[in-house]
Amino acid sequence: MQRREFLKSTVAVALGAGVMPLVRILPAAAAPADTIVVATGATINSLDLHRQGTNRASYQVAVNAYDRLVKFGTKTLPDGSLSYDSSVIEPDLAESWTVSDDGKTLIFKLRPNAVFADGTPVTAQDVKWSLDRAVSLGGFPTTQMKAGLLEKPEQFEVVDDKTFKITLPRASKLTLPDLAVPVPFIINSKVAKAHATAEDPWAAEYLHRNTAGSGAFVVERWEPGQQVIYARNDKWTSGKLPQARRVIMREIPSAATRRALIERGDVDLVFNIPDKDAKELAASGKAKVVSTPIENCLYVLALNENFEPFKDKRVRQAIAYAVPYEAIFKTAAYGAGVPMWGADKLEGIAWPQPSTYKLDLEKAKALLAEAGYKDGFTVPFFINLDLSAWMEPTALLIQESLAKIGIKAPIEKIPGANWRTAASVEKRLPMHLDDFGGWLNYPDYYFFWAYMPGTIFNSSNYENPEVVKLVKETLDLPLTDPAYAPNIKRLIDIVYEDVPRIPLYQPALSSAMTPKIGGYEYWFHRQPDARPLTKS
Amino acid sequence: MTSSRTVIVLKRFAQAIPTLFGVIVVTFLLTRALPGDPAAYFAGPAATPESIAQVRAALGLDQPLPAQFARYLQDLATGNLGQSISTGQTVLSDILTRLPASLELTLSALLLSLAIAMPLGILAATRQNTMVDHVCRAVVTAGVSLPVFFTGLALVYVFYYQLGVAPAPIGRLDFAYISPSPVTGFFVIDALLAGDGETASAALGQLVLPAVTLAIFTLAPLARMTRAAMLQVLASDFIRTARAAGLSRRKILLGSALRNALLPVVTTFGMVFSFALGANVLVEKVFAWPGIGSYAVEALVVSDYAAVQGFVLVMAILFVVINLLIDLSYTLIDPRVGFDG
Repeated sequence: MQRREFLKSTVAVALGAGVMPLVRILPAAAAPADTIVVATGATINSLDLHRQGTNRASYQVAVNAYDRLVKFGTKTLPDGSLSYDSSVIEPDLAESWTVSDDGKTLIFKLRPNAVFADGTPVTAQDVKWSLDRAVSLGGFPTTQMKAGLLEKPEQFEVVDDKTFKITLPRASKLTLPDLAVPVPFIINSKVAKAHATAEDPWAAEYLHRNTAGSGAFVVERWEPGQQVIYARNDKWTSGKLPQARRVIMREIPSAATRRALIERGDVDLVFNIPDKDAKELAASGKAKVVSTPIENCLYVLALNENFEPFKDKRVRQAIAYAVPYEAIFKTAAYGAGVPMWGADKLEGIAWPQPSTYKLDLEKAKALLAEAGYKDGFTVPFFINLDLSAWMEPTALLIQESLAKIGIKAPIEKIPGANWRTAASVEKRLPMHLDDFGGWLNYPDYYFFWAYMPGTIFNSSNYENPEVVKLVKETLDLPLTDPAYAPNIKRLIDIVYEDVPRIPLYQPALSSAMTPKIGGYEYWFHRQPDARPLTKS
Repeated sequence: MTSSRTVIVLKRFAQAIPTLFGVIVVTFLLTRALPGDPAAYFAGPAATPESIAQVRAALGLDQPLPAQFARYLQDLATGNLGQSISTGQTVLSDILTRLPASLELTLSALLLSLAIAMPLGILAATRQNTMVDHVCRAVVTAGVSLPVFFTGLALVYVFYYQLGVAPAPIGRLDFAYISPSPVTGFFVIDALLAGDGETASAALGQLVLPAVTLAIFTLAPLARMTRAAMLQVLASDFIRTARAAGLSRRKILLGSALRNALLPVVTTFGMVFSFALGANVLVEKVFAWPGIGSYAVEALVVSDYAAVQGFVLVMAILFVVINLLIDLSYTLIDPRVGFDG
């Protein structure tokens, strides 16, 4: 985007609004009604989700500037706020699709009128090139694709310009949802190939700095470390055209500054605010706050079975009876999210669901004595400095409570960058807090990542042959299969009985906005979706 | 004279080469000694051992250290500082966009600080141990004792949040403006060069609060140093002589005393400047200022080797240049100072 072009378009917008001489000196609060300003604390480090090293905050570009074959639906939650609906898969670039009887062949028909932002039609060749890219570049995108059994370019086939075929090694309920996550976004392959070189066949350098999609917005300007400006793509055909002509994502590193900005109304929306701010802003009425429990996500106290005393199930249960759940939920989460303790009994296959543990020091002591640890032991307790907002108060409360049953738990803090190596790769932390959440909203998907031996998020080194067997059996089963519900029920029973991960609470994602902003929608990827936002 | 000064400058730069090489070696080794594993970090949340290995190979971290170092030197020789993984940009482009932001902020803050600190220091020195002296001491001590993020947030709270006179603390320019095309990298100057008064005043407005925050913090060393140096000079024989000769108070203070007291003040200015340039991370955070300090800290936290190395190297070069400028300014302030001694 050239400066001159931007100025021209600004002037054009201003002319349309009839306020041309004013627009450049108006503060953000009075920015034209068709511009929405969003403040976030995270930095966008690439426009290309497939690139090595692209961070989480950058996933929003794949959402706002690209389409996929299919997308998730939207539902209204009991509190009136909007959330994506993991149970509904809708057409995005594909107008329809058929699944063969054995579930191993999926054929997608592309919408005839679908065009990229440059006006060229979206073809099956573009779809193939994009999915090939997602499974070939390695790293996170390839891992995520694999979750839906999408592993090799040979699985993707162009039938004709508007027909695309995917072949699977076996049928799985995860394939379609996995095509709706941000990763398999469809790129304009003609544009990309024009910028590809021998060393860079997937045009990683070009797509890192430019978008080439069919999405609702194009990235008009990207100033790394400062802002991304989206301009509406009026040729978008995959949904209702966004109301805003322009959305500015501005990086404001300090949470206190972000809060001041939204209270003053100088930005329209602050995405992902601390639980403390959510509680106070909602109480003061200075901004509209939307808090959504994060699906398929649990904050847990993880006990590593590499650590001798934790090999005994009774020790793990003793600790689960010594956690001050109520106090943690009040102090660390400021009451945001959903309590995950103190149920009378486990019920149904809802996930996550409260465990039956509650603070009961007598029971904890009895279990410890039974396991032969009457006098307790010492275990280092690790927390991630990047997440100290909730981990620090939580750890202190747990430490205090464990002391009462004779367990000394000195707290050790690890910088965020080293956390993943220590917790997930080396799996060497005896006792630690963890925040894993699964993108695809199925309990067995969570179990696959968190409770299977060897998987990255199983930082407890938990291994139970029955869990392994059940997860393998269930992962591909459709929800309607008669074995599905009993399997999940059994899995929940086992992992709550064994408690390698003690559930504390289900966290919430909160955002604050001015009363003028509507359409805010929660997504599992926990990034701002600019498309449905409205400003009155 | 000019040619001899050129020789001096060149000699100074030549002397800096071993220092810089040392900096390069030490930074390289120190970043590798950090406990983090950038490959695991940048492989993303759902990484598998294979994808971590892929990232490690892509970053060249699977090579032995000497090979990595040789490659780094080769790159440096061609002016390539490498690629920052955390920002996704080349380190050079990161530094080129962020260093001017830091320079603009630090320079304006220190000039402001100097404009207040020098009169304060002189006043305190001439009225030693009076009320004025105590008030000066209290003011500068308070300034340096308050953590900058607190001063920053307090200023934001009063002038932006409560009174609404300061612009929103959202960085170098409000949403409504386009950054001026870069000449010096200083937004205010660039906008003025482009003849865009509106943008210049907007950029200046954004600059005021962070500059004041930083100025308050840097008052103390400058004011205290001015006071101490002035006291020393005022007690010396030539001032007594000047007084006895009946020179005016003003002439003695500003002509004879101040000029002689300037050397340590300038030295302190140089040190404070170099320090503040990379160290005002918290001011940058509070005001969303895209400066070099927060860049370095974030790079360090995620073990972004290239970015950390590039930052340290550029800062080392800046230190050398600033010290050289300070040394040169000595010869202007005090002709007796030479380089040969």
